[in-house]
Amino acid sequence: MSGSPVDWGVSEAADALARKEVSAVELAQALLARADKLEPQLNALTWRDSEAVLTAARAADEARAGGDSRPLLGVPVAVKDVLSVAGQPCTAGSKILQGYVAPFDATAIARLRAAGCIFIARTNTDEFAMGGSTETSVYGPTRNPWDVARVPGGSSGGSAAAVAARLAPAALATDSSGSIRQPAAFCGVTGFKPSYGRVSRFGCVALASSLDQVGPMARSVADAAAIYQAMAGHDARDSTTSARPVGDVLAAVRAAKDLCGLKLGVPAEFFMPELDAGVAQRVRAAVDECRALGAQIVEVSLPHTAYGMADYFVLSAAEASSNLARYDGVRYGFRADADELGDMYDQTRGQGFGAEVKRRLLVGTYVLCRGAAEEYYRRAQQVRTRIRRDFEQAFAACDAIAGPVTLTAAFPLGARRDDPVSMYRGDSLTATANLAGLCALSVPCGFTAEGLPVGLQILAPAFHDELALRIGAAYQQATAWHESRPPMGED
Amino acid sequence: MSRARRWEKIERPFVAKELMMSDYIASIGLEVHVQLKTRSKMFCACPAHDESEPNTAVCPGCLGMPGTLPVINREAIRKTVKVGLMIGSKINRRSTFDRKNYFYPDVSKNVQITQAAAPLCVGGGIEIDVGGQKKFIRVNHIHQEEDVAKSLHMEHSTWIDFNRAGMALMELVTEPDMASPDEAVAFLVALKEMLVYAGISDCNLELGHVRCDVNSSVRPVGSEQLGVKTELKNMNTFKGIHRALEYEIERQMETLRAGGTVVQETRRWDDPTGQTLPMRTKESAHDYRYFHEPDLPPIVLDDATIEGWRAELPELPAAKRARFMADYGLPEYDAGVLTADRAIADYFEAVAKKSGQFKASSNWVMGELLRALGEQGETIAAAKITPDALAALIALVEAQTISHSAAKEVFQELFENGGDPEALVKEKGLAQVSDTGMIDQLAEQAIAANPKVAEDYRAGKEAALKFLMGQVMKLSRGAANPQLATEALRRKLQ
Amino acid sequence: MTMNDSKNVRPFDVRGVAGLARIALADDEAAALQTQVEGILAWTRQLQEVDVKDVPPTESVADGETVWREDVPEAGLEREAALKNAPLSRQGQFVVPKVLE
Repeated sequence: MSGSPVDWGVSEAADALARKEVSAVELAQALLARADKLEPQLNALTWRDSEAVLTAARAADEARAGGDSRPLLGVPVAVKDVLSVAGQPCTAGSKILQGYVAPFDATAIARLRAAGCIFIARTNTDEFAMGGSTETSVYGPTRNPWDVARVPGGSSGGSAAAVAARLAPAALATDSSGSIRQPAAFCGVTGFKPSYGRVSRFGCVALASSLDQVGPMARSVADAAAIYQAMAGHDARDSTTSARPVGDVLAAVRAAKDLCGLKLGVPAEFFMPELDAGVAQRVRAAVDECRALGAQIVEVSLPHTAYGMADYFVLSAAEASSNLARYDGVRYGFRADADELGDMYDQTRGQGFGAEVKRRLLVGTYVLCRGAAEEYYRRAQQVRTRIRRDFEQAFAACDAIAGPVTLTAAFPLGARRDDPVSMYRGDSLTATANLAGLCALSVPCGFTAEGLPVGLQILAPAFHDELALRIGAAYQQATAWHESRPPMGED
Repeated sequence: MSRARRWEKIERPFVAKELMMSDYIASIGLEVHVQLKTRSKMFCACPAHDESEPNTAVCPGCLGMPGTLPVINREAIRKTVKVGLMIGSKINRRSTFDRKNYFYPDVSKNVQITQAAAPLCVGGGIEIDVGGQKKFIRVNHIHQEEDVAKSLHMEHSTWIDFNRAGMALMELVTEPDMASPDEAVAFLVALKEMLVYAGISDCNLELGHVRCDVNSSVRPVGSEQLGVKTELKNMNTFKGIHRALEYEIERQMETLRAGGTVVQETRRWDDPTGQTLPMRTKESAHDYRYFHEPDLPPIVLDDATIEGWRAELPELPAAKRARFMADYGLPEYDAGVLTADRAIADYFEAVAKKSGQFKASSNWVMGELLRALGEQGETIAAAKITPDALAALIALVEAQTISHSAAKEVFQELFENGGDPEALVKEKGLAQVSDTGMIDQLAEQAIAANPKVAEDYRAGKEAALKFLMGQVMKLSRGAANPQLATEALRRKLQ
Repeated sequence: MTMNDSKNVRPFDVRGVAGLARIALADDEAAALQTQVEGILAWTRQLQEVDVKDVPPTESVADGETVWREDVPEAGLEREAALKNAPLSRQGQFVVPKVLE
């Protein structure tokens, strides 16, 4: 058993709880105390209610005393502030949802609750998950535990920082163009974006309906797989979920030991000119490590990679402009003072949304307008088809794809604030997976010369989630990058 | 309430405006929104209802709360497809949903899920009959969508009840084939009859089950191109539509005759003043930015499913009317009255088949039965007199076992309390005496007791016979067969 | 700055689009957004370099078809819960300021 309870991952915590070496209350208390200590600097959490958490922990302990032996009973999980948890505020990092308390559980939450998990805190996010740095939240920016002058990545920066800084063994997050994988890479943790349709979006604040997925962040692939297994599968409340069986992914992950027989494709286009040399070096070394584990490395091509981010942007902005129309002050959330309905709408949304959200809503509304839709929106849908076909072709030559997650390591706070497009470009390597509906994993694979974490991305075809996780697990069996700890709180 | 009365009898205005239309042709198109008779809403499982306390049939979905997703109600699809089958539409094997984006407080997501690119049903139409003239009104398409909430406009605020938000709505859009208010209403009447018959909707206008957007334009006779059209939104009574169209068409013609132009706009019907008035709406609000609904996969229907639904269709009113006239030899009037309500038609058929007396069955159903139902405000489903019982009663009358007036008495008893007609006849002693020997005796008795009256009759006074008849009926306590009694008296008086 | 792209695409006008999106903007905010959005749109126009001739649009990557539910009603929210988050309600109804006709 490594270190103190706050250092335990999901499996370790589950084992300790099962063996009654620690109670759920003790574990929760330790994590809450650590949050108290680190939060003033980290700002990873938007909401925590110690009373409610300890009540839930006590209930878990009582259940265990009564013979309840569910594997995840009493395991604490942090929740990105876009997932509905009944009775908890759900603000999506926005002023416009201030005061809104969800009256129902998201399906992902309900399933983890049924598995016995405790929801220990809500984590910070870029406003409405629109961003790559967690700097646009109404709660202020979250900092990177590896270097507090730098961003943790986004939009799930709060979840990544919380897991990295050991405020929770795992966290739920969402990924529309890289929002799980990029912060996982920046913070040196493991993040997994399931195949589209694998995890229900019911109860998750929608950004881009055809691109969003809910996924786990943790300090190991095995832990991420445990959370994924508990959530994944068909949901009658989400008509876009797949009826395909999930299978016993956790068992496959635990049994993974090498990559013999695997053809790993490395796309030339991922190693684009903008890719930082230090990042490239670490990722290439990681690919070598995969070869040493028995994988056959092949060169593949994904010709439309460079268009991925622009394509994602047009489509997600359009969908978001429609998904965010409901935030109008009529039924919940913030409402501006106004004597007339039109003014109420305009002022509520004008005051309630931040600058980045407004930019995207304007772009999204515009690209759906008569006179623009054909050239922007429809064209983007067609480019999406070409990107999907790229992957279909590539996967004919390999089983899975490996490459970098991000073009750079974590950048300084404020560095990209004045240039929205530079922020968008950061997702160049991750957006195509969402466009194609594939599953994608980010695992720590080393550090830059400045000591900043670097992530290795593994992509597998849609519904081959088990494969991506198995590869990541085998990689983590042979390497120890994922065990490194950030300096924050290490005293 | 008896539904046998046809629309002409209750809703037609007493004085139909005579539109001077020799120089112009009107074109009218309808967008008919019908609330489907489903148990739950279109995209969430909230219960469908008609009258409930505000905001008691709502959920995070129909309230547009964050993170909610739509799930299609299969029954709504089935009902909409069945309408398409009834009117001869082509059913799209692959049908999709789209988002219509606009802000209004009665639209909980400020997005209405509808169908624009690939609706469920395309084409088809309904034949109408106006004053003996038959005309086929083409339907452009039928699509599925969700209803909006109910707004109550107060002085400075609007109050909103989301019970109705998300209810399953079917929108049927016609081609502008109707040329007069009468044709428009005839179309709606025919459509309503079909929808009620097939259990698609109750079409209760008072409860707002049917709402129409009415488009109309006029063009000079001889012109091929349609004129500029105006739209009247959200009309919910047939009488209102008729009056509004009369006014609007007249208004458009007068405008053109005076050398002006008709403005393309949305207008509203102001019933108190009897005129249409322009509505001030922002033109820019009309870019709905339709795009494919990403949360809903396409509906793919195979032949087996569609044919299964087709097999569930009832015989439609027009076909039933024709069959009644052919098989039962009934006049058009009878067929019309009997088929106005499907349950009444079924009842009539049961009676007719059992008794074998078609016209008599029709007379009894149209006459005594509908009268009694109307008086009690009951529907046929609640009637205690079974078709078998009525058939048996008819048989008794045909066999002259009871008189017609006695039969009416038995009918009332059966209607109120149910029972068996033969048993009732015995119990009440209503059996006619048809034994000629008995009747001869009674006739002789009556004549013997009233010699003066008998003389009057022989002297030519027909009325005297009536008196003697009365005496015979008195002697027989009403049981004498009147025909036989009359005959016997005449014989004996000679 | 020229906004004209080929093929008669309507130009981006921040006031018009903000009106459709129902977002009030102060004058300086509007001016800044006009520039920023034009810049973003210019960046997205790189998609015009992609050959999309005869390429069908992707509308979804979900793998299901004909996903529907049986017509069975379920209880939703109690009225109190439904109105709990409402900024303003009266007699069980949501209240908003009236729209100016």
